[in-house]
Amino acid sequence: MSVRYRPGVNALVIGCGRVGSSVAVDLQASGWEVSVVDEKEEALARLGDHWRGAFVVGHGMDIQVLREAGIEGADAVVVATNGDNTNIVIGQVAQKRFDIGCTVVRILDPARAAFYRTQGLRTVCPTKTAIDELTEAVRSCEVPSQPAAR
Amino acid sequence: MYALIAGGGKVGANVLRTLQRLGHEATLVEQRRDRYERLEEEFGHEVHHGDATEIYVLERAGIRRPPDLVIALTGDDEDNLVICQIAREKYSVEKVVARVNDPRNQEHFDLMGIGPTVCATSSIMALVQHEVPEHELVQLLELRRENLEIVEVQIDRESPSAGRRVDSLALPEGSRLITVLRGGESEIAIGSTELQPGDQVLAILRPGKEDELRRILLRA
Repeated sequence: MSVRYRPGVNALVIGCGRVGSSVAVDLQASGWEVSVVDEKEEALARLGDHWRGAFVVGHGMDIQVLREAGIEGADAVVVATNGDNTNIVIGQVAQKRFDIGCTVVRILDPARAAFYRTQGLRTVCPTKTAIDELTEAVRSCEVPSQPAAR
Repeated sequence: MYALIAGGGKVGANVLRTLQRLGHEATLVEQRRDRYERLEEEFGHEVHHGDATEIYVLERAGIRRPPDLVIALTGDDEDNLVICQIAREKYSVEKVVARVNDPRNQEHFDLMGIGPTVCATSSIMALVQHEVPEHELVQLLELRRENLEIVEVQIDRESPSAGRRVDSLALPEGSRLITVLRGGESEIAIGSTELQPGDQVLAILRPGKEDELRRILLRA
């Protein structure tokens, strides 16, 4: 058994819900040093029994909390709290204040995700993905050419 | 003038009421249904229901015109920030005003260049400091755009500046004394003004120069 440890490859994940926790666990499994921030202490349970990274309880808009979680040494920041606007602000703080080039932000609202992409933020919009995939799934169904008459 | 207001709590509703009374046109967006209904009774169609950080809601409320001024007054700082950014960057609104609810978030507004901002806690603390005598140098006004601030100092018997003319003081670079308040009467500070114990002096200076000013005026 060998754990691949690559010094200097550090990720900070803000928001430890279903999405954030999975990203954190996956990155750790592939050799990243990961620290996680969430407002709720209970969220630590989502990281499972094998979690060996840092976990800081606090709000991601609090600079002190970000520092404590190691944002200054981070190579990547993933922002995935349950608030779009909170994510937008934290993402910009990571990018503009701490100069983290690899800052990825989850935004559920497709309109805001598109706008902030034009502003230079790397946004990921799961809603847009769902819309596209659902539409594509319907299109690829085999349906009778005429709707059945009643 | 046409203004768009986000947030219809006590602050937002009063701003709308006042702007209308002054003869301006204003629309307001409120997210909470109960508040919206109450506001609609008073203001009618000027009030819109919805989340003001949603682009289609802003457009329904008239942001495409665009307004001369967008005022973000919700109880969430992140929302106020996003509303101002969308207004300025997407709709070329020239002036925005934002409410800061938690003073710790002020630095985020500064980082993104959103201002002017208004923070009740900070204003109250400035007034508290003004009333508490042990704060010997009190910040009265922050002029963010100019990168200057106006402070007040109280000269006492021990102050090295007491008994000296203003033009004999080696004030920090880029700072000036503005006025001297003595015995309830205020006068403009000029070179020949002599400082006396008990004087309340207003000064304008670059932020960061407070300690230097304090040393020259108050503590040798």
